[in-house]
Amino acid sequence: MKQVFRTINQVGGLWLLLGLTAVLILPWYKVAPPELVSGGALSDAALFQALAGRAWLWPPVLGILALAGLRVARGERWQADDLVLPIAGTSFLFFLFQAFAIGLRGPAIPALGEAFPAAMLGQTGLGWGGFALGAALVGIIADSLAARGFCRGERFGANAVIFVVALLLLFVFFPIIRLASAALFTPEGVFQPGVFIERALAPDLWNIDCLTGGSRCGVVINTLILGITSATLSTALGLALALLVARTGFRFKGALRAISILPIITPPFVVGVAIIVLFGRTGVVTGWLDMLFGIPPTRWIYGLPGIVLAQVLAFAPITFLVLLGTVEAINPTLEEASKTLGAKPFATFRTITWPLLRPGLAAAFLLAFIESLADFGNPIVLGGGYDVLSIRIFFAVVGARYDLGNAAVLSIILLTMTLGAFWLQTQWLGRKSYVTVTGKSDAGLAAQLPTPLKRTAYMVVIPWVLFTLGVYLIVMVGGFVNDIGRWDLTPTFRHLNTAFSFEIGERGLQLFGSAWNSLQTTLLVSAIAAPLTTAIGILTAYLISRQSFVGKQAFEFGTMLSFAIPGTVVGVSYVAAFNIPPVDITGTMAILVICFMFRNMPVGMRAGIAALSQIDKSMEEASQTLGANGFTTLRTIVLPLIRPAVFTSMVYAFVTAMTAVSAVIFLVSARHNMATAYIMGRVENGEFALAIAYSAVLMVIMIISIVLIQFLVGKRQLGRRAELQSVTAPTAAE
Amino acid sequence: MSETAIEFTDVEKRYGDVRAVDAISFSIRKGELVTFLGPSGCGKTTSLRLIAGLELPTAGTVRIAGENVSTRAASERNVGMVFQSYALFPHMNVIDNVAYGPTIRGGAKKAAIERGREILTLLGLDGLEKRLPSELSGGQQQRVAVARAIVQQPDVLLFDEPLSNVDAKLRRRVREEIRDLQRRFNLTAVYVTHDQEEALAVSDRIVVMSQGKIAQIGTPQELYDRPSSRFVADFIGDANLIEGAVSQNAFTVEGLSLPLPQPAPDGPATISVRPERIALEKGDGVSKIRTATYLGSRYEYIVDTPFGTVLVSAPISLAPLDRGDTVKLGIAPGGFTVVEHA
Repeated sequence: MKQVFRTINQVGGLWLLLGLTAVLILPWYKVAPPELVSGGALSDAALFQALAGRAWLWPPVLGILALAGLRVARGERWQADDLVLPIAGTSFLFFLFQAFAIGLRGPAIPALGEAFPAAMLGQTGLGWGGFALGAALVGIIADSLAARGFCRGERFGANAVIFVVALLLLFVFFPIIRLASAALFTPEGVFQPGVFIERALAPDLWNIDCLTGGSRCGVVINTLILGITSATLSTALGLALALLVARTGFRFKGALRAISILPIITPPFVVGVAIIVLFGRTGVVTGWLDMLFGIPPTRWIYGLPGIVLAQVLAFAPITFLVLLGTVEAINPTLEEASKTLGAKPFATFRTITWPLLRPGLAAAFLLAFIESLADFGNPIVLGGGYDVLSIRIFFAVVGARYDLGNAAVLSIILLTMTLGAFWLQTQWLGRKSYVTVTGKSDAGLAAQLPTPLKRTAYMVVIPWVLFTLGVYLIVMVGGFVNDIGRWDLTPTFRHLNTAFSFEIGERGLQLFGSAWNSLQTTLLVSAIAAPLTTAIGILTAYLISRQSFVGKQAFEFGTMLSFAIPGTVVGVSYVAAFNIPPVDITGTMAILVICFMFRNMPVGMRAGIAALSQIDKSMEEASQTLGANGFTTLRTIVLPLIRPAVFTSMVYAFVTAMTAVSAVIFLVSARHNMATAYIMGRVENGEFALAIAYSAVLMVIMIISIVLIQFLVGKRQLGRRAELQSVTAPTAAE
Repeated sequence: MSETAIEFTDVEKRYGDVRAVDAISFSIRKGELVTFLGPSGCGKTTSLRLIAGLELPTAGTVRIAGENVSTRAASERNVGMVFQSYALFPHMNVIDNVAYGPTIRGGAKKAAIERGREILTLLGLDGLEKRLPSELSGGQQQRVAVARAIVQQPDVLLFDEPLSNVDAKLRRRVREEIRDLQRRFNLTAVYVTHDQEEALAVSDRIVVMSQGKIAQIGTPQELYDRPSSRFVADFIGDANLIEGAVSQNAFTVEGLSLPLPQPAPDGPATISVRPERIALEKGDGVSKIRTATYLGSRYEYIVDTPFGTVLVSAPISLAPLDRGDTVKLGIAPGGFTVVEHA
């Protein structure tokens, strides 16, 4: 292995080889373009396409050949040559220009058609050759920057920074730009800001009739009402839970924490379905209420109440964890001081504890608010006539009337709202966090909750616990009984059979169930996405906490941004960006994997940053002075020491890929269908039992996988002194 | 002593507008132990990291063994570094730590282990090969760190405040060990410290730094006896800085006149006098003992004089003086240096 790398480096590095392969051997286009010379070009590679008449391919081809020439002329340290950066840079710019300027149906600029008649035929999306050349040029640029001292001369670091930036630009920013242009331009490319304004201000978005006694509100208003209601209730419930756990003698703390993990591994829709089974018009609870108290069954659950119920169930664990952190961070001596000054318990709570909690409450509220805006699964199952933005966007793209322009406008409104909340949150957390953790040990005991508050907390929490248990009971049982909807509890495997029947006969294993296809795709995509997501997340964490480079703050902000974009918006933006050349990848499995990678990487990144901050930086520097390059250092020193972060990231990436719906629902295809999309189809058809059975199977798979990942990644074992060492790390390097 | 091991030419390291290292030039000969000394924030650690390649200069050139390495990453240089925290890899045992460098530089694992064993034996660490760093004492950890740094015969061995994690009582022994090791293997070494006593004790030469610039380079004796500036005089050892004037080739201030060793033009001047270079003579004089402190190995007096308070250090053998005694001060001709002269 080492020898292979060394040989590659001697002949000019991986990137030069890849570049040469890209222009000489690999097919440049995804689909071979129309032939220009009789008998066709010698091959589909760029060089031969350029020879055959696609003259706009000459700059990148000649660029790579020139770089190869430089390698021959300058020897092994050729990347340091002054010509490398200009040549690679210009080639890359020409490469980008031709890719975007000449589309499927010909050149975007008429002058190009006159210069290159062949361009009038248009070109298809980039294939292996095109992507490989792009990567090669980016890599050569990174290498030559490293040779000039970028990233302290560390080639791996420079490559990592440049590539992560390039990937973020391509898969986070570029789609958003395309989305914006879809909102502002007609499909023919005519600029039409008027239509944008007209669509953005449409009355069915902003109508506030329902507040003034009318029947219906606009979609945006609906979305805001839902977000505020759901965030308020989730925060209240989260606070009650946090106070119970941290400030009372509550005995079932462990169980509470366990319950709070459940929503993370719960597939979408299933909670909604369970709620319908419980409270729908023919629901179990509805039936009891009718029987016992004569309350007539209604459809009240469909609409705002049902969505709020489902969302609070899903978000309360998140707000609970945020608020538990806040409550535990309050220095108990402050409350003790208040008491010694004569304040009664309730007065202490009101004047000391509550104000200290406020920043945490704001953070929890905004987090739940953002989640609520982005939620797609619950509104689509429980919405009834209650329209929210994510649903409206979905039907604008997937519905009968495909209208990408309108979807783009709605997406921009949704994006503005979430980014606004996200911005508020960072502002709030940045300024208003009263950190009372001083690093000194505090001898004080946390104050117990005043009795009236304790009662209130119990009154809030107990119904929630019952409700959660009810919902998960339905989830566990529903798939394995005859008809949960009508409370027919005869045990049966027929739903499971519909989904997952198989036969082991003379022709080997044969899968008949209707769900096998989507399950296989889901598992494959998740299994590919989890390590890749972790890799890019941890790599980004490493870059942010260990490398210094120009533009690092913007870089950090960009990575966080990708976290704040709602899944629905990501989905639409991917449709807008990747359905047409040059990057034409819709309908492939790759787009699913890529989508998961960039949506889920921030979790790995945060875990990585937290873990890295615990590790003495000089360990990596020691490795470097001993001759290890950045990659070897990362592999042999850093990764073994941050295994828990790797584990967290893997689990999160895997589980979210299994349960995500909002973005992938736009990206699945007949060939590559995902489990969640399949379940959604069943719910829409009213096949609740099948949906529940499939969800239960997914949850079991997830639990097994988490155990498996833990086994694969392993546990960190370090001596006590090693930890001390990292604590006493030098604080004031000059 | 002839060959140059390290050479800095107008090396500058900027962070934004801050010049951590400001156009410094110096060279270090092979086999020499040079110390970078200065208060925190003076640029000494940055200079060390510039040699290691953990920082790259924003201007100027760094040469190691004659080669320009200014844009070369740490992993492409041949330097060994002993870190303040030792930075032993906690998930590897001692022998894996020591053999890490030779292994990842592409050598055979077996040869690397063999080489590691030899070094461990030389440093008296036999038998600890299979221990984890967490199972070693502080002193052992440091020796492992040194072993790991010298196993590849580096062009230069760098020490970043190696004694800061060592008990005060052990410091003298550990620094003797480092000095001994450097001589035994004839290593070129660069040592960073903020402790002037440590610097005087271990160095062949000392580079005193202040605000990113070199204040003075010299042997310990030169720096102590002939500081070139107020800063150096004050930073190394204790110094009495006396402001007066030069006239007729003598430094004069009220109640004191010292002939200069070399003729100098008239004008205001400041001299530095070490506390132990001042003799006190009991009797009628214009100076008076303000405090007398017994320090076990010597007496220390603070004396009020017409030209300000001075600190005097006197051997225990002399008859002690008391608070309030009037004394006469004597300064030998070679006992002072002019540090400022307009």
